[in-house]
Amino acid sequence: MNLRPAGERALLVEVEELETVHRLHAALRRLDLPWVTELVPGYRTLLVVADPERAGALDQLAADLPGLKLPPARAGAGVPVEIPVSYDGEDLPEVASLTGLDADEVVRRHTAPTYTVAFLGFSPGFPYLVGLDPSLEVPRRDTPRTSIPAGSVGLAGDQTGIYPTASPGGWQLIGHTDVALFDPGRDPPALLGPGGRLRFTVAS
Amino acid sequence: MIRVRQPGMLTTVQDLGRHGLAHLGVPAAGAVDRRAFGLANRLVGNRQGAAALEITLVGPELELEAGVWVALTGGRVAADLDGRPVPMDMAVRVEAGQVLRVGSLTTGLRAYLAVRGGIDVPPVLGSRSTDTLAQVGPARLAEGARLPVGDQTAGDPFQQVAPTPQVDPEPILRAVRGPRDDVFTEEAVRALIAEAWTVTSSSDRTGVRLDGPALERRRRIELKSEGMVEGSLQVPPDGHPILFLANHPTTGGYPVIAVVVGHDLPLAAQARPGTRLRFRFVSLEAARAARP
Repeated sequence: MNLRPAGERALLVEVEELETVHRLHAALRRLDLPWVTELVPGYRTLLVVADPERAGALDQLAADLPGLKLPPARAGAGVPVEIPVSYDGEDLPEVASLTGLDADEVVRRHTAPTYTVAFLGFSPGFPYLVGLDPSLEVPRRDTPRTSIPAGSVGLAGDQTGIYPTASPGGWQLIGHTDVALFDPGRDPPALLGPGGRLRFTVAS
Repeated sequence: MIRVRQPGMLTTVQDLGRHGLAHLGVPAAGAVDRRAFGLANRLVGNRQGAAALEITLVGPELELEAGVWVALTGGRVAADLDGRPVPMDMAVRVEAGQVLRVGSLTTGLRAYLAVRGGIDVPPVLGSRSTDTLAQVGPARLAEGARLPVGDQTAGDPFQQVAPTPQVDPEPILRAVRGPRDDVFTEEAVRALIAEAWTVTSSSDRTGVRLDGPALERRRRIELKSEGMVEGSLQVPPDGHPILFLANHPTTGGYPVIAVVVGHDLPLAAQARPGTRLRFRFVSLEAARAARP
């Protein structure tokens, strides 16, 4: 565990594995420290942000962290959320040709794994997923699209993801879902949280 | 109600932001110069989290449909009430039907207009702020829009002029090294504090984009995306830092060479394109003890 101050009111906790990030996140959520304003997971880090008036409490936390008891892996992950996808994306033929697979096989391999939400970022509710079949790794598009509709499912490098809101983006689009990943009127507003799991299914 | 006759260049409703949702990718947003924002609210006797208007460079024209106290703070701007000049940094009484015109800022980049009771648009995820990055919260002001006034008061309007520091033409911002200063060469870390950095015109509420010498990385490693704090000096591959303001994204994939002290962020929020900013490093202890 490597502790890096990020300014006077935050601590970036760096660990070896994504799973440890999620266990640490769960442990700190459970502690429910009143001076902590944000806990932000990344691929290998957890950012702990303090109330500026009580930032000194970070020092005690830094001292306590190495001895903190972490919950077992995936303790709070629950059942995987199913995301029905219509695999009719504009780039599906391109992805098939890049991977040397036919479109049906791309779909089969995309719906086979259970993915883990590493963290959310880029835009509200945007899940960075791990667990993609390596045979589906394709480069980003040379020219990003200026607008991608909400619900688009895409591929880029070793990542797959869903655009919760319309936004520009460079991912290869293979399909879309009608499931709302982000809804400000819902509590919690994001369908998926860090450490959560999901499966893609073929929409009927 | 307040009726918007002209919205100005970019006028938005802002409060202290949306907190506790960064792990879901929801930015904080909120006023980027919280010092000027807080002063405006105090002057009209509002609670500290009441929503006010954040004005960018060119101000709006507003018709106050009911009598109310208002206060204008931040970058210097001429304003008038039915043609009579309105002083800044003090509570001013507006009668029903009067029109408040806020002109173009002469110094700084942003001014704040608080109305007694606060702007009462419906909160979204605990805040009335317009998120200009993720498009959460109310829309920016548009011609013909009507804004309700709330009851978020905490005391009486303040009956004196508040002392306000002048906008510094070449501000020096205090910063704490890291969390990823080790990614950069020693020369790059030195250059950050030795050079003057010019604010570019592509700056916005998300961040102040800075032009200067390219900050070189020691290693060509790809950093894994990680959480970002307000004040981060994030350095993309072109070597030119971006200083994150209140509407920054929650995560980022580029290394942060240093983080600006919270008390100095209003200076960055008021820096117009062309302003030269300088940085100096302070220890974590000094940063925590820092005062404006």
